[in-house]
Amino acid sequence: MSKHPPVKDWASDFDHRDPRWIENPFPIWDELRGRCPVAHSARFEDGAYFASRYDDVREIAYDSEHFSSRRVIVRERKVPPQPAPPITSDPPEHTPARKLLLPAFAPQAIARLEPRARALCRELLDAIGSAKTCDAAVDYAQHIPVRLIAHMLGVQEQDGDLFRKWIHLVLEVGTSDETVILPALQEMSAYFFAEIKRRGAQRGDDLISFLLEARIDGQPLSDPHLVGTLRLLLIAGIDTTWSGIGASLWHLATHPADRRRLVAEPSLMPTAVEEFLRAYAPVTMAREVVKETSVGGCTFKEKGQVLLSFPAANRDPSVFPDADRVIIDRAENRHAAFGLGRHRCLGSNLARLEMTVALEEWLARFPEFRLADGAQVTWSEGTVRGPRRLPVAIG
Amino acid sequence: MKTLRVRVDSERCQGHNRCCSIAPELFEADELGNAHAKGDGVVPAALEAKARLAVKNCPEHAVRLTSE
Repeated sequence: MSKHPPVKDWASDFDHRDPRWIENPFPIWDELRGRCPVAHSARFEDGAYFASRYDDVREIAYDSEHFSSRRVIVRERKVPPQPAPPITSDPPEHTPARKLLLPAFAPQAIARLEPRARALCRELLDAIGSAKTCDAAVDYAQHIPVRLIAHMLGVQEQDGDLFRKWIHLVLEVGTSDETVILPALQEMSAYFFAEIKRRGAQRGDDLISFLLEARIDGQPLSDPHLVGTLRLLLIAGIDTTWSGIGASLWHLATHPADRRRLVAEPSLMPTAVEEFLRAYAPVTMAREVVKETSVGGCTFKEKGQVLLSFPAANRDPSVFPDADRVIIDRAENRHAAFGLGRHRCLGSNLARLEMTVALEEWLARFPEFRLADGAQVTWSEGTVRGPRRLPVAIG
Repeated sequence: MKTLRVRVDSERCQGHNRCCSIAPELFEADELGNAHAKGDGVVPAALEAKARLAVKNCPEHAVRLTSE
């Protein structure tokens, strides 16, 4: 099945595209933490590193002197850096690029989106109606972040298939086949230039208008900065939260005791959402080594690519007791699902809102559900992990 | 009688918003989404447990609880 040779040794030849890693990476990370906390692989240009322990992930995330954000996806063959500020920015450019976006994603601003989020979840549930089976990823989870970010950007919700195609090309296919990346990015840029043109001098209450008005040191954003940021907002906000919602529903479909408890005690939702974020953190970031250094007793050579696995950090038993158990009322949960340090996920408040509302509305409508008989659950490949097919039986 | 006080280290806070969610009585976010203690940060006895949880859930170790 796999396009890549099977991995024989996870410590010296890891491949996060291996079907075993995609399906169930947790035992692999446990093995690495126990024997060689930083794995290496020559399958990726200039070599790739993978840190499996919380403390090492944290150290790398905090160290922008040795670890640059200019490449945030580990690829088989590198492509020229594609700036998408602020995620691809290092200090000092990072701070102003991030600061201008923060107010739009602050808790108070995001809370205003709750009615819209709830309404669109209910529309999706209405469409599922009284069906006895559905695909919780395809029919439900994937649409929620697409529609909400389209609403925020002021673009057409109906363009969701296009957005998902671009994301699949950039984040999944593009990990192994770099030739698809630039055409996809160019299509995205053309899409946003058309949206900018459509607005003309008219400004609305949307993020594209907001960025057109934004100034850094009194100057409007350059076209590459503006369009790079718009591509980031579209890419980063969709399959990440789709994965978070999908993985949470997968857990509830396969752990009936947790599902019943959450239905009976809705006040547990905040700790349950944090625990789903910890245990099934969707996003693995990347860095590029720009100056040789050592972390966790391992040398990171210049130009090397680094898989920065917040999901693996979140499963480290030295920080999280019973790390491999999902405990929906876990009270102490210093998880790193949204990253650590200056690149903390800009959309974390939005993601939490979407996950919370999506789970509340689903459980209110379908308190009884499980995996469908013979269900073939599939998980995404690469940098964002979540179920892409999740057939469930309802009732 | 000792006074418990919470404080958010603004150099460390990255706006994860965990403290504000856990203890909205004690923390609030500014317009950028970064947190600070409300008022003088004094923790009433009834909120001590929440204050300790806010400390233990901050991913950046930015929330401090001091006793004077």
